[in-house]
Amino acid sequence: MAQAETRKKSKGRAASNQVLTQDQLLRGYRDMLLIRRFEEKAGQLYGMGLIGGFCHLYIGQEAVVVGIQMALEQGDEVITSYRDHGHMLATGMEARGVMAELTGREGGYSRGKGGSMHMFSREKNFFGGHGIVGAQVSLGAGLAFSNWYRKNDRVAVTYFGDGASNQGQVFESFNLAALMKLPCIFVIENNRYGMGTSVERATASHDLSQNGAPWGIKGVKVDGMDLEAVHAAAEVAVAACRAGEGPYLMEVETYRYRGHSMSDPAKYRTRDEVQKMRTEHDAIESVRHKLEALGVDAAAFKGIDDEVKAIVTDAAEFAQSSPEPNVSQLWTDVLVEG
Amino acid sequence: MGVQILMPALSPTMTEGKLSRWLKKAGDDVRAGDVIAEIETDKATMEVEAVDEGRIGKLLVPEGTEGVAVNTPIAELEGEGGKIAAPEPTPAPVAAAPVVHAASAPVAALAAAEEKDWGPTKPVTVREALRDAMALEMRRDGDVFLLGEEVAQYQGAYKISQGLLDEFGPRRIIDTPITEHGFTGMAVGAAMNGLKPIVEFMTFNFSMQAIDQIINSAAKTLYMSGGQMGCPIVFRGPNGAASRVGAQHSQCYASWYAHCPGLKVVAPWSAADAKGLLRAAIRDPNPVIFLENEILYGQTFECPVDEDFILPIGRAKIERVGTDVTIVAFSIMVGVAMKAAETLAAQGISAEVINLRSLRPMDHATIVASVKKTNRIVTVEEGWPTAGIGAEINMVVIEQAFDWLDAPPQRVAGLDIPLPYAANLEKLCLPQPDWVVDAVKKII
Repeated sequence: MAQAETRKKSKGRAASNQVLTQDQLLRGYRDMLLIRRFEEKAGQLYGMGLIGGFCHLYIGQEAVVVGIQMALEQGDEVITSYRDHGHMLATGMEARGVMAELTGREGGYSRGKGGSMHMFSREKNFFGGHGIVGAQVSLGAGLAFSNWYRKNDRVAVTYFGDGASNQGQVFESFNLAALMKLPCIFVIENNRYGMGTSVERATASHDLSQNGAPWGIKGVKVDGMDLEAVHAAAEVAVAACRAGEGPYLMEVETYRYRGHSMSDPAKYRTRDEVQKMRTEHDAIESVRHKLEALGVDAAAFKGIDDEVKAIVTDAAEFAQSSPEPNVSQLWTDVLVEG
Repeated sequence: MGVQILMPALSPTMTEGKLSRWLKKAGDDVRAGDVIAEIETDKATMEVEAVDEGRIGKLLVPEGTEGVAVNTPIAELEGEGGKIAAPEPTPAPVAAAPVVHAASAPVAALAAAEEKDWGPTKPVTVREALRDAMALEMRRDGDVFLLGEEVAQYQGAYKISQGLLDEFGPRRIIDTPITEHGFTGMAVGAAMNGLKPIVEFMTFNFSMQAIDQIINSAAKTLYMSGGQMGCPIVFRGPNGAASRVGAQHSQCYASWYAHCPGLKVVAPWSAADAKGLLRAAIRDPNPVIFLENEILYGQTFECPVDEDFILPIGRAKIERVGTDVTIVAFSIMVGVAMKAAETLAAQGISAEVINLRSLRPMDHATIVASVKKTNRIVTVEEGWPTAGIGAEINMVVIEQAFDWLDAPPQRVAGLDIPLPYAANLEKLCLPQPDWVVDAVKKII
């Protein structure tokens, strides 16, 4: 209940900020739906044995990355953990290349050598895809450092989970970023569980949004199931960072509907808890209701559904028809030659 | 028929499971994400969610059925408006990758080569050589910068960065707090974004705080990204024992880092090595571990004065030509090997001394060519013997020059214990010239 109250409060806070236009809402709806359908398909391909190893799905958390991405500009950097498919799609990376990496094929973003947790796109300024919990936070501070060094006005967004928020290097990065006034937005995607351990059992901090407070890092708690609230908070954070005010911390309260990874039976929470989030707080449904109230008709939704479905179907087909990497790839990319 | 819903694999190792419960029945409408069934494996009970929307046509496997193989059709789903949906995609082609036999990673494919003559030289300390190398490269490339503890205002804990803050300013010579893990990760992130950081560890002992970022982030990302995301970065600082600083400050990390693909590892001995190799390391597009030695910082060597002087990474140097035995060493142990060679010469034994310079890639060609000439090898290192650099060199010789060996390969190494503080005990732990002389005389 405490969670729900906080959510209401932050909703109130966000409402005072700007509201998305109908076009922006449609765009957000489409991007969130793409992530969800993509992840559902990934889960299906995993079930068929076409995707191996670890596969961490983003279903339920879509509003976080979509809301923040809508506040960014071309050239801003993004880095995240291993639950990364949604971030890649949000930065504009192609569904085909992401899905083909999941199946370990030549057509994947890392040509089959990275897998679910390790994909990158120089073109889209997406810096991975990192499998060591918390490591991407220092790396993200480094992306922000490069903007500071080059004196450009880019900001770097560093996503991590509530689990990673307890890592020592996260606090080291807070200190460095605050000390050097780096344009870094730290985003804690608080989905309440670091694998199977609830936030309450993992941290003595009562408010993760204030974890940067000792270093003077401004923090805000945001309802991550509300696209508009996420976007509004991100606009504020991005503006502050771009203005040279130093780092910003967003704690975005969200929820993953699936297990930590594909092989997680999720015994640490009740089915009712999951069902309640899905039926009462789903970010995609909520945007859909807003759009319906604005007069968007069924045909428009059908059009978006069809477009998204076509992208995902095409990605899945590509991911299965793309060949496995040639054995000659085994020894390439260990070092840059020459 | 419509889309078939298949028995899913719910973990990397699942091959079959029990379909314990249906939550939907024939005729029910489902939406993507709805839980339709529960499956039990030997490890857990998991929920199966619908991937497509539609109406359940028929349940093909009744609930309670045990041993349902993965990919068995368990239900049929009619597509939107009763239309027949697309058929299931075809299964993946069977992996046909042949087994590749590769006993060891590719090594520097350089033939044993003559050292290029760089012309006039002057005496320079290793400390000055390192500073000059950084200054020259920073003048040449605005993306190069130095960060670490006490590198700027303090002018370097060992005064390697003396004067650099004055010349390059605080944006390029950056003092960090004592947070190796954090600032190393930050530097690696900056390198991924195209900058060329030089990270100074006050000593390499402290790099253990940051080793995850060095190995997992800096060394592996190029490979994991299919070649997209490089990491042009240098990690440098004193490595190995200094003098009476105790076990935690006296460790050699050569074999730790040389073990890892994706890194280059360099260990200079002389001032010329230090200058030429550091310039090459800074220009290298890969992460380079640059292992210095505190005791060598104040030692003076002849160093080329040519503005363009640079040395290739991956090539060893024959410091002394000989015919009876090959002694291979790196860093401060090259000096120990040279002293041993002098003693041996006085006793009529001609030793060839190879200064390895680079540990990864390692110049196998120079080592093997020398052993084929001398037929004997002794390796010298300051670090521990177990799984050390000497073990690696000797194995290479056994693989590539076994028939030329007239005696078992020998290794001289630091004692296999944490380094003690007491002066007399410490001295007993680190290789001395007479240890090398004894090892040579064992096989001649």
